[in-house]
Amino acid sequence: MTNPSDAPIGPRTDVVTIAGVSKVFDAGAGQTRALETIDLAIAPGEFVSLIGPSGCGKSTLLRLIGDLTEPSAGSVTVNGKPARQARLDRDYGIVFQAPVLFDWRSVEANVALPLEIKGVSGTERDRRVQEMLGLVELRDFAGHYPYQLSGGMQQRVSIARALALQPSILLMDEPFGALDEMTRERMNAEVQRIWQQTGTTVVFVTHSIPEAVFLSSRVVVMSPRPGRIVRVIDVDLPRPRTDDTRETERYFALITEVRETLRGRRDDDPLSKGRVASMPRTLAEGSVG
Amino acid sequence: MVVFVAVLGIWEGVVAALHLQQFILPRPSAIAAALVSEWPALQRAAANTLYEAIGGLLIGVTAGVLTAFAVARWRRVREAILPIAIGASAVPIIAAAPIMSNWFGILNPFAKMAIVILLVFFPMLVNVVRGLSEVDESAVELMRASAASEGQILRKLRLPNALPYFFTGLKICTTLSLIGAVVAEYFGGSDEVLGRVIVQSSSRLRFDITWAAITVVALSGITMYILAVAIERIVIPWHASQRSRGT
Amino acid sequence: MILALAFFIALLVLWEGAKALGGDPWRFGDPAVGNEIVYTPPFQWQIASDLSLPHVWRIWEALAAPVQRQQEQSLAAFLVGAALYTGREAALGFFVGGFVGLGLAAVFVHSRLAERAFMPYVVASQTIPILALAPLIAFAFGNGVVGIVIVASYLTFFPVTIAQLRGLTSPDPRALELMRSCAASRWTIFWKLRMPASLPYLFAALKIAATASIVGAIVGEGNPGGSQFGLGRSILNFNEQYGSAPEKLWAAVLASSLLGIAFFLIVRTAEVFALRNRPGSVAA
Repeated sequence: MTNPSDAPIGPRTDVVTIAGVSKVFDAGAGQTRALETIDLAIAPGEFVSLIGPSGCGKSTLLRLIGDLTEPSAGSVTVNGKPARQARLDRDYGIVFQAPVLFDWRSVEANVALPLEIKGVSGTERDRRVQEMLGLVELRDFAGHYPYQLSGGMQQRVSIARALALQPSILLMDEPFGALDEMTRERMNAEVQRIWQQTGTTVVFVTHSIPEAVFLSSRVVVMSPRPGRIVRVIDVDLPRPRTDDTRETERYFALITEVRETLRGRRDDDPLSKGRVASMPRTLAEGSVG
Repeated sequence: MVVFVAVLGIWEGVVAALHLQQFILPRPSAIAAALVSEWPALQRAAANTLYEAIGGLLIGVTAGVLTAFAVARWRRVREAILPIAIGASAVPIIAAAPIMSNWFGILNPFAKMAIVILLVFFPMLVNVVRGLSEVDESAVELMRASAASEGQILRKLRLPNALPYFFTGLKICTTLSLIGAVVAEYFGGSDEVLGRVIVQSSSRLRFDITWAAITVVALSGITMYILAVAIERIVIPWHASQRSRGT
Repeated sequence: MILALAFFIALLVLWEGAKALGGDPWRFGDPAVGNEIVYTPPFQWQIASDLSLPHVWRIWEALAAPVQRQQEQSLAAFLVGAALYTGREAALGFFVGGFVGLGLAAVFVHSRLAERAFMPYVVASQTIPILALAPLIAFAFGNGVVGIVIVASYLTFFPVTIAQLRGLTSPDPRALELMRSCAASRWTIFWKLRMPASLPYLFAALKIAATASIVGAIVGEGNPGGSQFGLGRSILNFNEQYGSAPEKLWAAVLASSLLGIAFFLIVRTAEVFALRNRPGSVAA
């Protein structure tokens, strides 16, 4: 297990490379431009949040990375191969806003599902399931069924399921949007711990500015439709971040920065365009397709 | 429509070409001919059968709705009655047809009507009780918050809520009533009804008449169903979108 | 269970209550023999007469008595045999129709083309009142079981096809994406997601089909050219003896009801077992 450190700048092989990606939806009469020329690179072990107003295409961007939808233009490369190939190689784990547990399967069997699909069997499968349940601290609930668990516990099961295949990249689509604030903060600490333990790269879609700042190495701020990257903000808070972190001045300053970026700089604002061009992490050779 | 005509054409052609057993599956043209030549008898039979079916439907539906209103008021009664009413659907009520004939007289159309009443009563009861009781709890609280009386909650909330359920039940019951009447007629009774025409013509090997009678049954059933749908559209137009998804 | 028992007792009380109020004078033993009158009800209602509504104990006695004068077999044994016969036909039809419905739904869910090509015919097939066709089908296939099984399976396949198609398409789109993200094959998605997700829908349809298959079998037997055995035939035969022994017809009708309820309960038990970890998905 690597020990991820925040924002290692320098030469590296990216886990995700998004180059000149656009997405247009055909909706009956007209077309909707959901995403426009997105360039983004994500390094191994990074924790990247996508944040933006509703309908800015952040979930679409996540789904593009996971090959759950295809770009209209541009390319998505994951681990040096097309996203499709990465999916077929089972490089992804995915967590949705709803836990999407199979209610006919016990906690254990839900976590085992991806392993079953991959064909991992017998003791190896049991060992991995136990390991994952340990990771999310649900060993005692292995035999329970989804209806017997609270919302937060169900979401932990779905995280364990997503990590079962030890994916190189974990996609999380507003995973804690349906939870109450207290549970959400606890789950944030939990996710940070799991991320640090596993060293998995995480792409995290959220509506919550504090959540994004607390968790991320970098926060990607997006504009309303058509979605563009307005700015990428490096979060330099020291790890591990704790409840005390939430009370530091730097934390508040970062939250303010994200909020102002969200509020102020639209795509018609020349300033924001300048920032996109000068962003350290966008690809120089951006315009593919 | 085009498909329907094409199917009839193929049917006609295949039966003619293969010299199939004419008597079991007559050509559409033979059925049409029987429909025309036997029309007076078929018309009388259809009128009698429809009288049983529609009479039974009206009485059964009314009884079902009234019972539902009585039952839905009290939660405990409702919880006791629902499983029984659902269980009643497991009973092959049609088997009681001969008993009804013995009760009301074999020639009395009410003997068949009674079977139809029993057939439609339970599905209607179950649907309306559900419609009256499966109301959005927050809507009830909203009404209570504005100090609505139980009567007002019934009129303004439960009743409109029950209407889609009522029509779901009614649509099931229209088909059920006609089939119930026809099948009850198999077990004896007046000969001037569709069920007897079907039984007797098939035992006389006049399958063209059998099929003509079956066509009349099918068309009557479809017409009754379409009527129920039309009434539904008029009464609850607001529910149209949900209906196409729900059922 | 307690509820069912209470209902049963209430029914008995209602039954005998009607006889106590408006039945024929009560006697012990066979009323035809002319035993002593033990009780005379205040009213005389035709509907509660011994001919219309025999005493519960008369039906009970008839069950123990021989079916026919010369025979040893009791009515109860005879009816159990008839019920097994009819139940076998219905079960055969139920399984054939059920598998046809499952197969059709599995094909339709994977092929829009097949669904659009054949679904209209599945729906149109229901405009032909199959029960009205029962005499014809019974005739076409002779006196055997085949015609009756066809009627029962025809009644079963439609609700199963419709409900199963809805059940197979019921999974949350995100559950399908989850399977995609694991690069699951269609086969895997079908068996690990679509099939288990469809069970509540399937069982709702099977409960309807259970009763329908029994009705189909009884009506199929009850027709001229239908079966020699079974409950449908017994009902017709005992109907002819109604004037002298109404309790025999009543017993046959009760046996039919019990068979229907038994079928329903078997399916329901299977449902409760299959969905035991999914509270809320079992409809009453």
